[in-house]
Amino acid sequence: MMPQEVSEIRMLIARHKRWDVVFGILGLVCLALGLMTFVTLFVDMLLDGYNRLTPEFFTSFPSRRSGQAGILSAWIGTTLVMLVTAVVAVPLGVAAGIYLEEYAPSNWVTHIIEINISNLAGVPSIVYGLLALGLFVYEFGLGQSIATAGLTLALLILPVVIVATREAIRAIPGAIREAAYALGATKWQVVQGHILPYSTGGILTGVIIGMARAIGETAPIITVGALTFIAFLPPSPVGSEFPFLSFEWLMSPFTVMPIQIFNWTSRPDPAFQANAAAAGFILVFMTLAMNGLAIWLRLRIRRNIKW
Amino acid sequence: MAEPKPALDTLPIKAAARRLNFYYGDFHALKTIDMPIHDKRVTALIGPSGCGKSTFLRCFNRMHDLYPGNRYEGEIRLLPDNVNLLDKGVDPIEVRMRLSMVFQKPNPFPKTIFENIAYGLRVRNVNKRAILEEKVEEALRGAALWNEVKDRLHEQAFNLSGGQQQRLCIARALATQPEILLFDEPTSALDPIATASIEELIAELKQKVTILIVTHNMQQAARVSDFTAYMYLGEMIEFGWTDDIFIKPTNPQTEAYITGRFG
Amino acid sequence: MSGTASPTLDHPMSPSASRLGHRASRHFKEKIIELILFSAALVSVFTTAGIVYILVSESVVFFQHVPLTSFLFDTQWTPLFDDAHFGIMVLMSGTLVSSAVALLVAIPLGTVIAIYLSEFAGPRLRELAKPTLELLSGVPTIVYGYFALLFVTPLLQKIFPELPGFNLLSAGLVMGIMIIPTVSSLAEDAMRAVPMSLREGSYAMGATRFQTAVKVVVPAAFSGIMAGYILGISRAVGETMILAVAAGMQPNLTWNPLEPAATITAFIVQVALGDLPHGSVGYQTIFAAGLTLMLLTLVFNIIGYWLRHKYRERY
Repeated sequence: MMPQEVSEIRMLIARHKRWDVVFGILGLVCLALGLMTFVTLFVDMLLDGYNRLTPEFFTSFPSRRSGQAGILSAWIGTTLVMLVTAVVAVPLGVAAGIYLEEYAPSNWVTHIIEINISNLAGVPSIVYGLLALGLFVYEFGLGQSIATAGLTLALLILPVVIVATREAIRAIPGAIREAAYALGATKWQVVQGHILPYSTGGILTGVIIGMARAIGETAPIITVGALTFIAFLPPSPVGSEFPFLSFEWLMSPFTVMPIQIFNWTSRPDPAFQANAAAAGFILVFMTLAMNGLAIWLRLRIRRNIKW
Repeated sequence: MAEPKPALDTLPIKAAARRLNFYYGDFHALKTIDMPIHDKRVTALIGPSGCGKSTFLRCFNRMHDLYPGNRYEGEIRLLPDNVNLLDKGVDPIEVRMRLSMVFQKPNPFPKTIFENIAYGLRVRNVNKRAILEEKVEEALRGAALWNEVKDRLHEQAFNLSGGQQQRLCIARALATQPEILLFDEPTSALDPIATASIEELIAELKQKVTILIVTHNMQQAARVSDFTAYMYLGEMIEFGWTDDIFIKPTNPQTEAYITGRFG
Repeated sequence: MSGTASPTLDHPMSPSASRLGHRASRHFKEKIIELILFSAALVSVFTTAGIVYILVSESVVFFQHVPLTSFLFDTQWTPLFDDAHFGIMVLMSGTLVSSAVALLVAIPLGTVIAIYLSEFAGPRLRELAKPTLELLSGVPTIVYGYFALLFVTPLLQKIFPELPGFNLLSAGLVMGIMIIPTVSSLAEDAMRAVPMSLREGSYAMGATRFQTAVKVVVPAAFSGIMAGYILGISRAVGETMILAVAAGMQPNLTWNPLEPAATITAFIVQVALGDLPHGSVGYQTIFAAGLTLMLLTLVFNIIGYWLRHKYRERY
């Protein structure tokens, strides 16, 4: 090759490599932009709501006076709704996941179920709210209650739990199943004794991510018709008299954290917006903690299991 | 092969490995290799799997630079300008522009046949339609594929058969007029008929370009190459005229491998 | 497993008979369990059926009061007024404008991030960046709404002093940031699924990293990248709280992102916040709006499905 050709090629390469550098910087800038937004949001919430983050904030009902308002009814409502959601979504989702991975024959029924699940994952959450309004509130007569909200969110996160269960099960090598079957175990014995224990970590990760999503959902619960101003608590689930447990709270009106934030954000008075910021900070912190837990679990599983 | 063979050191040389060592991290994969690559000849690298023949081949166009933890020592000199391809100051991209490679499995890009061949030219900022068309035709003719694809240049390359895809990859490598063509087991994923056509092609190409080919198939080495190098455990055991290596190897290890008693 | 102990010669029949009985009951139990698991899997089908039933049945009643043509072509949306108009285009314009703003943010940023993480970044940065980015889509949307209304809008008002407190622009921008991880993670997965042999083929021709990424990897991962875009679009179209909080809930037929407007979703929220009697036309409007929303996302999902199958990668 001629020397001048070589120097031409070198200039060409130098020109092309400049794009590598430009894009490397561009990529970092875009990443930083995303992360900066998150940090800004977090810090903004903290600064706006810092003064309201007192113990009384957690133990007070909402009030017309912004300085006395708190999130007592909201966080208790959120806790109870999440309880219903978990109790419904976890068994249903895990059972469906097991069915699809271990039992389902490959026929059109299975195919329809699978298409359904992937489509449901893309349905806007507010549509679940409309379903709940028509079905749970009016057809089933559950009203605007904790039970309605919990069921709605359970349906909403069901695809997340199912997909996580299936992925966790799929990660178990076929050899393990065959080993158990070869010892004469029935299908259910294999599922109970091997599949479920080995996939617990993966399922748990999915459940936590699903719950983190449910805890921040606002639109479906507003659509159901949850009230935005609740200054009382649902009946206690534990009583002092026999039978000590009560399920009256299931049918009680309620509010949840995101709705409380929505209510305070919508008010023009900046003092209430500080309340919204404080409650928003707590909510972000909770979802962050849950997501962080899920990521940590996922990493731990990946590190510990070596098939 | 009736005519007398000229002495090795009188033949023109295109490239030469000098005291080449290569490491994957801590693993010493190539051990002090010295070997010439003769100009406009086919040189075959043979040896049992894991002997380092592909590793050696991939040193020539610095493919190892793509992955972290790899390290070269020694030189590969490219003639006539006597540049050391492994020199830190030499850009691997420049090296790859001068030496082309054909891989084990056909790897056409998800583009049309035309755009696959034109890729190397476009990378060199050649974008004029007329020049591209001329070079694409020339490359396809060179790879004995022109007659089969001339009416469907703008179809997806994936629609070709495996053997055609591999010839497309050869055409893609030829289009930029490389100084050396590197083949990494080019027929291992192909059926016998496609293999025969690729071998025929290699025999034709050596009129124009220097070829270095890795093969796991000894018959193939015997059929297509002028020179053969036998490698084992990262070392160059024997290098010489292909006839000599296959008929009267001097090294007992080579003989054991050639006669099938080992490997 | 004591029932399966090896039979002795004195009692050749009894163990196998008990084993048979055992098998029948075991079989029954297994069948029951399978049935229970199957019903759990069917819940998803019932959910879909329920959504379709509720939306369609309420919408049917709605369309008995409101002709389809005025629903589609009327330019006013005043369902709760005495002089009621039901032009869905009004809400549709808010939905489309805010989604367009969001996508103008999410698609370029998400694509660049995906290319960067897949082709340029080292493994450590990638392992760190991916879960951190996912936090962006984990923030509750109501919090994003607060952020859009009380942080981004005041910021934008410094650039556009005329900008009203409620506007589609700020809601769309924040929504775009929220959608970045949806776009980037699907696109990155698709690019990382492109086999190394294609990249090697490109590098072997003397291509740089950028040329390989743009000319080989991105076209090879095209359908997966598109799938990410489509998912981003359906998230934008279905997003509710950011818009309800930051874009205002006033129906406004506009294509200008600097104006306030209601989206389909924001309208549903607005009606739900009020106290509409069950069975009234106003009550049915939200189901008609919901049906429109479902059809809109369905169209995008079908396009995505079609794209995935048409350009299924063959390496």
